[in-house]
Amino acid sequence: MDLDPEGIFRDDSDEDDDNTQEREANKEMVVYLVDASPKMFTPAATTTQADEKQETHFHTIVNCITQSLKTQIISRSYDEVAICFFNTKEKKNLQDLAGVYTYNVGDRDPLDRPTAKLIKDFSSIEDSFMSNIGSRYGITAGSRENTLYNAIWVAQALLRKGSVKTVSKRILIFTNEDDPFGAITGAVKTDMIRTTVQRAKDAQDLGLSIELLPLSRPDEEFNMSLFYADLIGLDGDEITEYLPSAGEKLEDMTDQLRKRMMKKRRVKTLSFAITNDVCIEVNTYALIRPTTPGTITWLDSLSNLPLKAERSFICNDTGALLQDPQKRFQLYNDKVVKFSVRELSEVKRVSSHHLRLLGFKPLDCLKDYHNLRPSTFIYPSDEHIFGSTRVFVALHSSMLRLGRFALAFYGNPTRPQLVALVAQEEVASSGSQVEPPGMHMIYLPYSDDIRYPEEVHVTSDDAPRATDEQIKKASNLLKRIDLKNFSVCQFANPALQRHYGILEALALGEDEMPDIKDETLPDEEGLARPGVVKAIEEFKASVYGENYDQEEAEAAAAKASRGEASKKRKAITDAASQKSAAYDWAELADNGKLKDLTVVELKSYLTAHDLPVSGKKEALISRILTHLGK
Amino acid sequence: MARNKEAMVLLLDVGPSMHGVLQEVKNICSTLVHKKLVHNRSDEVGIVLFGTKETCNELAKELGGYKHVMVAHDIKVVDEGTARALQNLPLGTVPGDFLDAVVVGLDMLIRKFGNTKGKQRLCLITSAQHPLRDPPEGTKEDQVDTIADQMKRHDIKMNCIVFREQGVHNAVMEENDRLLYQFRDKSVAKVVQVDSPTSLLGALKTRNVLPVTVFRGDLEVSSNFKIKVWVYKKTSEEKFPTLKKYSDKAPPSDKFASHEVKVDYEYKSVIEPDKVVPPDQRIKGYLYGPQVVPISSAEWEAVKFKPEKGVKLLGFTDRSSILRHHFMKDVCSFISEPGNTKVTLAVSAIARAMQQMNKVAIVRCVWRQGQGNVAFGVLTPNISSVNNVPDSFYFNVLPFAEDIREFQFRSFSSLPSSSQPTEEQQEAADNLVKMLDLAPAGREVLKPNFTPNPVLERFYSYLDLKAKQPDANVPPLDRCLKRITEPDPVVIDHQTPLIQNLGKSFELKENPKKKKARTQDKLAYTGGNDQAKSTEEPSVEKDGILGVLYPQTEDVGEIGDLNPVQDFEAMLAKRSNSTWVQKAIEEMQKYTTALLENSRDGDNYQKALECFVALRKACIIEQEPQEFNQFLKNIYERLKTGDVANFFHLLSSKNISLISEEEAADSNVTEEMARRFYLKQEAASQ
Repeated sequence: MDLDPEGIFRDDSDEDDDNTQEREANKEMVVYLVDASPKMFTPAATTTQADEKQETHFHTIVNCITQSLKTQIISRSYDEVAICFFNTKEKKNLQDLAGVYTYNVGDRDPLDRPTAKLIKDFSSIEDSFMSNIGSRYGITAGSRENTLYNAIWVAQALLRKGSVKTVSKRILIFTNEDDPFGAITGAVKTDMIRTTVQRAKDAQDLGLSIELLPLSRPDEEFNMSLFYADLIGLDGDEITEYLPSAGEKLEDMTDQLRKRMMKKRRVKTLSFAITNDVCIEVNTYALIRPTTPGTITWLDSLSNLPLKAERSFICNDTGALLQDPQKRFQLYNDKVVKFSVRELSEVKRVSSHHLRLLGFKPLDCLKDYHNLRPSTFIYPSDEHIFGSTRVFVALHSSMLRLGRFALAFYGNPTRPQLVALVAQEEVASSGSQVEPPGMHMIYLPYSDDIRYPEEVHVTSDDAPRATDEQIKKASNLLKRIDLKNFSVCQFANPALQRHYGILEALALGEDEMPDIKDETLPDEEGLARPGVVKAIEEFKASVYGENYDQEEAEAAAAKASRGEASKKRKAITDAASQKSAAYDWAELADNGKLKDLTVVELKSYLTAHDLPVSGKKEALISRILTHLGK
Repeated sequence: MARNKEAMVLLLDVGPSMHGVLQEVKNICSTLVHKKLVHNRSDEVGIVLFGTKETCNELAKELGGYKHVMVAHDIKVVDEGTARALQNLPLGTVPGDFLDAVVVGLDMLIRKFGNTKGKQRLCLITSAQHPLRDPPEGTKEDQVDTIADQMKRHDIKMNCIVFREQGVHNAVMEENDRLLYQFRDKSVAKVVQVDSPTSLLGALKTRNVLPVTVFRGDLEVSSNFKIKVWVYKKTSEEKFPTLKKYSDKAPPSDKFASHEVKVDYEYKSVIEPDKVVPPDQRIKGYLYGPQVVPISSAEWEAVKFKPEKGVKLLGFTDRSSILRHHFMKDVCSFISEPGNTKVTLAVSAIARAMQQMNKVAIVRCVWRQGQGNVAFGVLTPNISSVNNVPDSFYFNVLPFAEDIREFQFRSFSSLPSSSQPTEEQQEAADNLVKMLDLAPAGREVLKPNFTPNPVLERFYSYLDLKAKQPDANVPPLDRCLKRITEPDPVVIDHQTPLIQNLGKSFELKENPKKKKARTQDKLAYTGGNDQAKSTEEPSVEKDGILGVLYPQTEDVGEIGDLNPVQDFEAMLAKRSNSTWVQKAIEEMQKYTTALLENSRDGDNYQKALECFVALRKACIIEQEPQEFNQFLKNIYERLKTGDVANFFHLLSSKNISLISEEEAADSNVTEEMARRFYLKQEAASQ
């Protein structure tokens, strides 16, 4: 059986820079269509406390979109986005259709990359929404307007730019009205439904995907089958996927919406050879990757215009300019050994498959130190090979039940590597998926990558081991300092938050630098609770002895009084200042005679004045001149 | 570099019990030498063989005894000689006495270096299966003590690698093991046991890395309880060496040419493309959406995030709340400050309490002052099983909220029934998971700790080969290394019915809609299972390895992957002068070689056969019989023992042999010679 005649499984991306790959390959354009009918502004949940401010669905959506834009500007700032409201009083759109308002700020195109100002203004849109844009029921009896139809048409027009081949285009509809044509009846209704569905079909035929993010209330569930299932073309069993779990808390719904707004981006499609005859197709996703402060661009400090970097290759021996050299070399036994790029890539090609199953091991064979890089998530796909999902699901459930992980060889062209495939069961809490079902690919180290630091300092004596009493004290400590409900993703990266906080402030021209709270600091208050302090003290006494602090202080004092190293350093400085005093430095500098002195003499000045003594002679001289103020 | 200079003596058991793995012993030691030739040029290496028939060592000459221990190479700075000494390891005839070898190796080091400081290491590879000779006085244990004391005095360490096939066990071995472990307990040796040739390759650390701490300081539990720790890297990827760009501009007469290429960057303004902007006029711009925000380094320094150096405990939590796939980076070890008993006790107590209660610790780390970010991670206990190794923690970095992308995937239970396995299919999968067991009863194969990096092994051996033959091709992957990239054929054979059953239970079909989509693209990997297809329609076989190796260039005319024979004939037909014929033949030879070298399970045979036929025919017509004959001889010599050996049976059966005088006058091969070519070679090789 020939599984991959068309080269679907070509190795085309380098795992290490999958971020750039993702950006280039799957640029995304999204139009958010937000329902602004009065129904969206009625309180979402019926709370008993009347004085509590009641949240509306509209508020939820504004929050979601703001959060999503904030993430986007950090991690996917190349994607373009437009925000449109429909069922509005005012209209603002290219086609001048009623009831649709395209939201925008500044001189930004309606569909463009998000800017700091857009996010800032949009987050506070609710304050001015009613006065500037206004809300009304769009499709009413007696009016010929079809605002939903208009909205889809506006979105389609916005998404006209860019080719569908390189850009993924999406329309996301946010609404809590499951029956938009409920207010009208008769032939008008059927006609309107027909044209709207046709409009959506046309858009989908053009390669735009239309998704619905329905909101529902505890007392009435959003009924997909009334209209929207037809609009986005869902089949029976797909509808359940879409349904928000009603009756849940509003925060959970925000969470769900936020997750659903994110488009899954796959890194690669791989062939996974389970045996010689069974080879299935899986997609890989980078669910966890360190987010970095982004790339920097060099600017001309005078004009603040970007600079273009030009690279040139120069022969070290002759100084001749070279075209990008194709040969590489390695010094081996002081001899030059040449390789062509092709030979090097052939050396790395050690596997016949992308992913080759070798066998299974019990989960406890996967040690905590068997890790090198963030894991990659794999999920089956039937896109090219029908039946892949079925094989994957069967293996997945066998591995979960038997407590095994699969050992496989991943023939990545940059670093072919052994990987552990650990089956992950789906975890859901309050209606939203916490861990998706699939397998995590964990990159295993080779023997060359593992070190044994714990054996560096061994002596022939037995290492001290804690007694049961000490372990008991430690257990008590563990119980006292327990992080309840700890979850990995609860901490924001303080460095990144600060970085983007500063950038945002500068981008908006604000003077005040934001104050970012470092969430990763320990809870000092909690640690100061008497119970905790007592547990710590007891444990400390049991392992360190009663008088540890005193001993330490004495040892430190003894060390300070001896302080041989510091004495030595002082002696050197003294000697240097004596030596340096022998010269009239200012005069030497004025006459340009510094260069006649030796490096040792120059350094005496630097040492005497507590300056760095590194660098070449010129560097030393210039440092002295700077210090003299010349 | 010199700081990390090391002298080592390899003590290699070549006795009968080691004959099966001598090739691997040679390979692993060669890799060690090759790496030293690249990275540690001033290291010194000596080689001692034991279990040999001959005896050749200083101690035997001076004192007598120490039989069957042969110094194959004196301690010298590494060079080709060191590598050469490993090339032909003799098959020893006598059961080796490893203790004698250790004494000889130790004696060599002490004689050479005396009391001078510097790293010195012995590396013993043995099966330790045979009884040791009794010492003239005292017990063997006393002898080991004496040797260990000597080693300690001279600060010499030892690595022992004990190789034994699975299932071999007796009382002698137990005694030998006890003696070896006695070295370990004296803290002069590290002992590892391996049972497969592949893990033997991974058992020796071939690159000597000086351990450097990431952090030394306090693990702060609270403001008045601190634990002094040293943090080291536990795993760190050994990278493929970065090769320098080669410049061929230097005249060949220049013996001291560096051949290096300097890469120069110039920054030019967008408006005035001719003007180079000097470094001090450049300023960094950070991207925020479409905006670029310029900030000078000084400004940035003033406002950026500056955490205090230190490691702080946030608290403890259940192990289950940390998911294994959240580990982000290479791993660190937290070791208690060496020599500090109280701290070691504290670490031991907490680690053991964590183990008992199934808890982990969450910590926040800033390794250095001035570091611009914090690492946030989890400490897990590492309970030591060796007496003189203290307990410690492993540290893994965890993701921040920004690092997690919460993609939603369809839950398996909601998949349509066409994607759900039937009971029978589920059973087939269950059986596969049960039967393809890589860790039966405590005997785990392919342990990461003993699995070498096949790419690095291959690179260093290729590097050595290239130093001798600059035009050598990349050698095929060693058989032992193939055990890492592919399933063990023995296991596969054993489980054939099971595997077939799995294949039968599931039906996989290509999506017909997608089939025509990307005809231009070619498969980068040959599937191990397209053999059937390749025999049916060999000319449209699409194994693009060759497409990648020999990319098409339009003007020259090349042997393409689709129709190699036609391309070849086209090239011959197109010739405008005789160099074209030469070129065509050369190309075809290269192509065919690559085809065979990259063949897996014979999938390219049919195609290669056609190429051979075409090449032979062309060489007869063009009166170039030598070209073909030489080519056939070479390729046969090179590949007859490899995986493609049976391809030559195929050739033989099709009567594709050397071109004889009868066929082309220029040939110096008689018809008889041609006919007997394969037979003779086979006889010679047996």
